[in-house]
Amino acid sequence: MNVHARRFLFALFVGMTLMCLVSTPFCCAQGKNPYAGDAKVAKLGESQFRANCAFCHGLGARGGGRGPDLTRTPKKHGDSDAEIFSTINNGVPGTAMPPNGATQQGVGMTDEEIWQVLTYIRSVEKKPSTLSGDAKHGRELFYGSASCAMCHMFNGKGGRLGPDLTGAGTARSTEYLVESVRNPSRRLAQGISEAMKEFSAEYETVDAETADGTKYKGTLLNEDSFTIQFIDMREQVHSFDKAALKSWKKSRESLMPVYDEKMLPEKDLQDLLAFLVGGGK
Amino acid sequence: MKKQWRVVSGEWRAIAQESQLVEPVVGHVDVEILRTSFDVLRMTALVLCCAVLVLINGVTAGTASAQVTPQRLLNAGQEPQNWLMYSGDYSGKRFSSLQEIKIGNAEKLVPKWAYQTMAGGKFETTPLVVDGILYATGQDDRAFALDARTGRPIWQYQRALPGDIRPCCGRVNRGLAILGDKVFMGTLDSHVIALDTKTGNVVWDVTAADYTKGYSFTLAPLVIKNLVLVGISGGEYGIRGFIDAYDVNTGERKWRFNTVPGPGEPGNETWEGESWKVGGAPAWITGTYDVETHTTFWTTGNPSPSNRSVGRAGDNLYSDSLLALDPDSGKLKWHFQFTTNDDHDYDATQVPVMVDEAGKKLILQANRNGFFYVVDRTNGKLVRAESYAKVSWSKEKDSNGRPVPAPEGKPTPDGNRVCPGAAGATNWMSPTYDPQTKLFYVTAREQCDVFSTAPQPYDAGHAYYGSAYFPNDDAAPFYGALRAIDPATGKIKWEWKHPSPTWSGVLSTAGGVVFTGDAEGNFMALEAASGKVLWHFQCGASVYSSPMTYAIDGKQYVAVAAGSALFTFGLP
Repeated sequence: MNVHARRFLFALFVGMTLMCLVSTPFCCAQGKNPYAGDAKVAKLGESQFRANCAFCHGLGARGGGRGPDLTRTPKKHGDSDAEIFSTINNGVPGTAMPPNGATQQGVGMTDEEIWQVLTYIRSVEKKPSTLSGDAKHGRELFYGSASCAMCHMFNGKGGRLGPDLTGAGTARSTEYLVESVRNPSRRLAQGISEAMKEFSAEYETVDAETADGTKYKGTLLNEDSFTIQFIDMREQVHSFDKAALKSWKKSRESLMPVYDEKMLPEKDLQDLLAFLVGGGK
Repeated sequence: MKKQWRVVSGEWRAIAQESQLVEPVVGHVDVEILRTSFDVLRMTALVLCCAVLVLINGVTAGTASAQVTPQRLLNAGQEPQNWLMYSGDYSGKRFSSLQEIKIGNAEKLVPKWAYQTMAGGKFETTPLVVDGILYATGQDDRAFALDARTGRPIWQYQRALPGDIRPCCGRVNRGLAILGDKVFMGTLDSHVIALDTKTGNVVWDVTAADYTKGYSFTLAPLVIKNLVLVGISGGEYGIRGFIDAYDVNTGERKWRFNTVPGPGEPGNETWEGESWKVGGAPAWITGTYDVETHTTFWTTGNPSPSNRSVGRAGDNLYSDSLLALDPDSGKLKWHFQFTTNDDHDYDATQVPVMVDEAGKKLILQANRNGFFYVVDRTNGKLVRAESYAKVSWSKEKDSNGRPVPAPEGKPTPDGNRVCPGAAGATNWMSPTYDPQTKLFYVTAREQCDVFSTAPQPYDAGHAYYGSAYFPNDDAAPFYGALRAIDPATGKIKWEWKHPSPTWSGVLSTAGGVVFTGDAEGNFMALEAASGKVLWHFQCGASVYSSPMTYAIDGKQYVAVAAGSALFTFGLP
């Protein structure tokens, strides 16, 4: 790059910066929703939400298979207006949440439309349920007598057979969490999402018997028409050609036991929820 | 065919410097630095040009005419070593009479080469192959020509797309059409362009519509005589759909058929009030052509808004329809509407396949709405409609045997579970008809969705769905299937189940083998008669394309796009 070009680019940069500073009516720098509490804007936001967000986050923002329940607060990736704006606009790296305009559909939302969506989300948010449980006892249950940590990781500690529950307390509604404990097969948790694939793998149960008669039981990691990958009860990862197995079957009956009132009395359940929702504190 | 590259000698270099073959684009690079690499650039260009000449001469040695003529297009099936148009030939069968790969050796297939576009998003192309050169498109409106034997690029083109284009469902393109020394492409910013087959240079470039209003092209054009036909995309944006024909030499538009009739035109009365103005009915899949009756068949997509019919009462012609057009004038000969007053986004944009059966001239179509239709292509009369996947939007048929919408299948404000889902029982991925087995093969998607509807004002250039839909997660798990349908009865003869709903098309071949892919990334060969899998290869990404086949020096290749790569397979 020659000197003239460099000077020009520098001038351009300075110019643009100045322009940005004086002309950001709704921009993120402001960080406050200009439409907060406006019911009309919330209605517009609902329409935007349905077109852009509902496929993953569900009707009424109540969460779908892929996206968390957005009626929950606080949000996992930040709960301030500015943070939610940023989550919508920039996506969440490492998750299925894409940056605005990168869904390969249309041109994405304008800043104003993002604020509309945010206004809508705020309008359907529920007050954080005041959990009466004892989080400390919940923690003891999780890592101790309730045996959750045998299969579930929380903040880096625990087992690998079930989904990592770090953050689950804020990403899912209390009802969802209760259902997952009391009736784990009702809705299986989702596993790996592949970039071009529409549907994620689910935590299905796998039974497999090899040609030599060895039997395995575990949870599904992935599969295609010809091969299957799963993690067994001893946390060993297996991959088999389906045709080479003596037999195999998948089941939507979760490996997780049903924690009914006998196994986990209501009070203990509340303690466990307090632990999960409180982020382990 | 053997090709040898000569080592460039000093003598060649001198010629290269004089030849002025290239005007290198300097861009932001320092001229001082470039000067030293100038010679190299020029040499490379000269060598490439020579190589192209050698290549083209070499591979066409056996062919009298190197260029594709209208006559060759008419008889495309008679030169199975080539793949001259999107569906292989004008009938849309996607069948090849090549049979080197067959039952008994298909299990030995190996990858031959892969070409990487290095682009993200869905790679939906079906390549053309003409006398050893492969022409295809890629994501973000790329186009390229490769040596079909080695996969080595000869030229590459990428359109400088504006930042505010409005693709509905990915920055995709499904392929090219060819005639003479030009390949033709529709672009995401609603242009139709002609590229030089030998250089990829733009020969002409015309604007068909205003992309900022939601118009775009994603389909592979169709050449008939000296016209290149294209249909527009944009049913998600409240466009007014059309099919256009352009002069292959100049790009001059010769006719336009508006798929939504205006005031005074027949069919306009099927739209409530002014709703026709934003009525949609795009035509985003390549048509077919019957030379005997000189008719081109095109299919159209949903009325807009796609999932809410409030405000557009009526049949909404010619949305979700099969159109029979005169290719010279664009005049409508007849139409058949598959779905009336659609509010599930059941585009009829599936290739209308021409099949002659017991003296009857038919169009076969496995429609996105879940029914397999057989239509008399001489008059548009329905012969038969049978469901080939789970259907809940329709419960009965009218007096002509056409399935009609059921009130309980409509989207509701709170959501109504309907089958098939919004992506349909199939979609744009090509089916195939195998004249040997007399079976029609289609990728079926067993997925129901919850459709909810909400008022939405029209805002030019913005999505105009009037709704949302979600995969229904309370029902049985979704899956995909390759289904072999007997057109004589509409019954399914066999199916191969895919683990999840799939976006791959199907190819049938005279070797008794059909090819398809799945969302898990497998590309596979199956026995056409039974559905038994003979071979598979893991491509590493879901297949969103329809495979094709060609041959060079008697060696058969099968090609399919997956992820960022175009793969070819052949016998060792």
